[in-house]
Amino acid sequence: MIYYMAVFAPLIAFLLAGLLGKKLGDAFSQVVTCAGVILAAMISVKLFFSVVLGMSPVTLPVMDWISSGDFEAAWVLRLDQLAVIMMCVVNIVSACVHVYSVGYMHHDEAKSRFMAYLSLFTFAMLMLVTSDNLLQLFFGWEGVGLASYLLIGFWYHKHSANAASVKAFLVNRVGDLGLTLGIMTAFVIFGSIQFDDIFGAAASKSTEMFTFFGYQFHALTVLCLLLFVGAVGKSAQLGLHTWLPDAMEGPTPVSALIHAATMVTAGVFLVARFSPVFEYAPDALMVVCLFGAVTAFVAATIGMTQFDIKRVIAYSTMSQLGYMFFALGVSAYSAAMFHLVTHAFFKALLFLGAGSVIHAMSNEQDMRKMGGIWKLIPFTYVVMWIGSLALAGIPFFAGYYSKDLILESAWASHSSVAHFAYWMGIAAAIMTAFYSWRLLIMTFHGKPRADHHVMDHVHESPPVMTIPLAVLAVGALFSGALLYGGFAGVPTEVALVPVEGSPLIDKAAFFGKSIFVMPQNDSVAHAHHVEAWVKNLPTAMGVIGIFLAWLAYSKIPAIPAFFVRVFRPLHTLFFNKWFFDEIYDALIVKPTVALGKGLWIGGDKALIDGLGPDGFAALSRRIGQIFSKFQSGYVYQYAFVMMIGLLALVSWIAYVTGILNFN
Amino acid sequence: MNEFPILSLMTFLPLVGAALLLLLRGEGEAVQFRAKMLALLMSGLTFILSVVMLLNFDPTEADFQFVEKRIWFENIGISYHMGVDGISLFFVVLSAFLTPICILASWKSVSKRIREYLISFLMLETFMIGTFCALDAILFYLFFEGVLIPMFIIIGVWGGPRRVYSAFKFFLYTLLGSVLMLVALLAMIVQTGTADIPTLMGADFSPHMQLWLWLAFFSSFAVKMPMWPVHTWLPDAHVEAPTAGSVILAGVLLKMGGYGFLRFSLPMLPDATAYFAPMVFGLSVVAIIYTSLVALVQQDMKKMIAYSSVAHMGFVTLGIFTLNIQGVQGAVFQMISHGVISAALFLAIGVVYDRLHTRDINRYGNLSKNMPIYATVFVILMLGSVGLPGTSGFVGEFLALLGAYKVDTVTATFAATGVVFGAAYMLLLTRKLVFGPKVNDDAAAMSDMTVVEKAYFLPLILLVLWLGVAPSYVLDRTAPAIESLLVQYHAKLATEVEPNIANVPEHSQEHVQMNEQDQMPLQDHAQKHGMGE
Repeated sequence: MIYYMAVFAPLIAFLLAGLLGKKLGDAFSQVVTCAGVILAAMISVKLFFSVVLGMSPVTLPVMDWISSGDFEAAWVLRLDQLAVIMMCVVNIVSACVHVYSVGYMHHDEAKSRFMAYLSLFTFAMLMLVTSDNLLQLFFGWEGVGLASYLLIGFWYHKHSANAASVKAFLVNRVGDLGLTLGIMTAFVIFGSIQFDDIFGAAASKSTEMFTFFGYQFHALTVLCLLLFVGAVGKSAQLGLHTWLPDAMEGPTPVSALIHAATMVTAGVFLVARFSPVFEYAPDALMVVCLFGAVTAFVAATIGMTQFDIKRVIAYSTMSQLGYMFFALGVSAYSAAMFHLVTHAFFKALLFLGAGSVIHAMSNEQDMRKMGGIWKLIPFTYVVMWIGSLALAGIPFFAGYYSKDLILESAWASHSSVAHFAYWMGIAAAIMTAFYSWRLLIMTFHGKPRADHHVMDHVHESPPVMTIPLAVLAVGALFSGALLYGGFAGVPTEVALVPVEGSPLIDKAAFFGKSIFVMPQNDSVAHAHHVEAWVKNLPTAMGVIGIFLAWLAYSKIPAIPAFFVRVFRPLHTLFFNKWFFDEIYDALIVKPTVALGKGLWIGGDKALIDGLGPDGFAALSRRIGQIFSKFQSGYVYQYAFVMMIGLLALVSWIAYVTGILNFN
Repeated sequence: MNEFPILSLMTFLPLVGAALLLLLRGEGEAVQFRAKMLALLMSGLTFILSVVMLLNFDPTEADFQFVEKRIWFENIGISYHMGVDGISLFFVVLSAFLTPICILASWKSVSKRIREYLISFLMLETFMIGTFCALDAILFYLFFEGVLIPMFIIIGVWGGPRRVYSAFKFFLYTLLGSVLMLVALLAMIVQTGTADIPTLMGADFSPHMQLWLWLAFFSSFAVKMPMWPVHTWLPDAHVEAPTAGSVILAGVLLKMGGYGFLRFSLPMLPDATAYFAPMVFGLSVVAIIYTSLVALVQQDMKKMIAYSSVAHMGFVTLGIFTLNIQGVQGAVFQMISHGVISAALFLAIGVVYDRLHTRDINRYGNLSKNMPIYATVFVILMLGSVGLPGTSGFVGEFLALLGAYKVDTVTATFAATGVVFGAAYMLLLTRKLVFGPKVNDDAAAMSDMTVVEKAYFLPLILLVLWLGVAPSYVLDRTAPAIESLLVQYHAKLATEVEPNIANVPEHSQEHVQMNEQDQMPLQDHAQKHGMGE
């Protein structure tokens, strides 16, 4: 079946490019990988029509994987609505990034390797989203982590790139530890790791307890929280987020694909996929909501102070992921998925646009050394505007629909945590708009701050880079308006639907059974009935944020310095990313290494070997030395020792046989 | 199957090769070449035989296959009894698979006394295959201990500067444990009148006697594994051993301990196994975390991999003593997988050691540049070692953890942290070895893998990936034997105490009380056979 190719075409492309790329040349690799992913993207769109709009999910078996006793996990492609929506996002963005990379990596030596890694990533991500059991999901989960590791460290001769790649892998491993425990917990609770078995039995297990570390806990809450730990790692939520900004060491197309549009949203997907279980674990949902809200806020504060163009966008990504998580936390799964889709388009667009800027500026990433180039690269300038407008949630751009839906859902959910999330989201919204326009103004406007060598070389990118940007720009412009009906649950006419008999589509039909919300929790449905000010506040905040940025960076340039001076402690905190790295280094990294050294030198060498073999050897040597002293060669000494020995022997015999009786 | 003695043929073919090598006289290139070709031929034939055996193995059968039995010493019940089941099958194949690779890997790097070197390896192969095929306790003991001799010689003669210290440390550690095992074996033979392993599996030993027997076996197997805290011989042995010696040591010798637990401790001494399971759990977790941390600070590449082996073997002991199907299958799979991955990792370190003659991690770096194929191979092996899904390392580790989690969430959670530490040291090693900026001109001048090197890495890499994507080939074949082992184990326990499969610790507590009640008659019984103390 052709549907298999939607997942396996990138794998075939990876193998071809990886194995034959050296022999057949870079052009071969570029063609084969781009072709593979574009093919997959086209099939995904076809699947969107048949599965999502046609409401007919399919499951395609591949082969057996692990079975041991009652444990079973197979390779299967589960193509339901949620999976297909993700497949479309992954494949379309990936196709754009593949093509863009042909231009962006033009000067690089290892083009084949780069393209192969991108395809490998795409395959792993597709395996993740099409999984029908937790273990295959974990395969994809680790597979995207591997691709991320390889691509962050792509320029392996750079020290910083290496450090960042290792950090990304390790921090993610901490999250994966939670996910692994979650998988095992699911098996203990449900006796299966198949999604259908778990989701089918979730309601009946909602009162069960689970013994963890000797304490009784609500079973489903434990399960959900462990899965969420995995999501926190992969989606860079507060606590396990420190790898994401560093991951910007990778080439910019990688940042766009992996660290903005797709991989980092895997956590959101995981929680949405497990909505049938999370619905029965309200405490876990509350935790998800809190994490999301705080992350959205903290990341935005950091984003306002950074100077590296890619890092600003990276913190923005983290912040937007926070929005998605607090949407999940208020049971607005479809709103989170909606933002995931629109965000994938406009954030990939912003990253690739930033890549185009960096490309034009001879690999300069510091915004303090940019400025005054908007006339030189007008196309890039326009798409960056589109991306920023979408990000800031300005009406009728994609982000407007999804972000507003999230905030309205949070308000409609009527719990104190949800309202906290709403206000955090509002605060983050003004900061989002602010740092977006700060970025635009610093990068494109004002007087050129680069030297004339750089300025002389500023040029618009070739079509192979601008066409993907145009495709993404279309997504950033229209995906919100087009898909609003499906995600927001408003029965609207979808003009694109060719399927007869279903001109109307609403949320229930759109997601089918792939997302489950209890009626009383359905915050998305209630979101349409919130007060007008709740609906309009986010947009107003966006406009205010833009105005403030314009004021501070264009009109009165003294303002930033003034604020830095007045709010010095706050700025220090934000600028240093709330000191997470420093704290982790002092509390975890250094003690671990010290412990390792201590165990090696103190444990293995001194204690075990010292008391064990070496100590034994030393002891026998010393005994030997003592005895060797007796070998003096003097007969009288020998005679003396013999006498003593004889005496001892006789005494012992006498004692044992009872001749000598001390009583 | 009875007609064709394939197991004996596989066991003794290498020994015939060793004898032929003895006959080979003279020095010089031509003779050396002939010796190497002969050894390669003999071990290659053995490997082909093992594949024939694998293809003829009936995957649905739980009992021993290809059985050969000849009476040896009738009056004390010792016989020449050979056979394989799903548990031993892949260890035999692994031994036969790694030996020719070892000979290939030594092709250029060893020139001193090459004939004796090859003889040692062929002898080693005989003993290894014999260990896994033997179904007679005394025969098993002969092979099991026989392994020590060639290994001792390989480390002591062809090893590094501190080879004598390491060789003796290795020898004494393992011998000390084995002596106790011999005493236990003799006690069992005296009590039952037979040394036949399948018969002994059916025998009932009193719970009290079991404790002592179990400890005696444990002292041998724990050193072989090696388990914490009797692991310190391993890093030294690895560091000093020649590359091929490390390959066999990590690839096969470490598995003998785990195999011993499955062949002796579990089926013959179920009560003691249940009693000591929590202790093994504790030691396993300590091994996983402790040695991972120690591996993190090593500067010597071989030492790092050696410590990682101890950690990986921790998952094996953990899995075995979960006493459920996932745990034990995971443990067996982990042993096979580690046999391939760690062997390949030591070979990979050998590749660069042959070129630069140092194991200091800081002298390398940036090898992706001048050795791209090597870098690719190393990264794949690294991924296998950290247990990335899709590689063989994941399957065993995950199943063992899953089995443990069913029994005890605390232990399993701590053990699972080893996955993070494991990634830490392997990534560090990879970063310093194949990535990073250029450090040394001589490291940057090293040439990529030769044809021979590629030839023996290819099957290893393919195995790592194949076992990771389609492990069912191995899992299906090991399942019947392990299932029947566990069914018998729990049945034996159930005859004396209430069956409580899910919770081992509680179970063993019940058991202690029971022991005390039965103390008197048991002690008499045991003392009669010299096992009272």
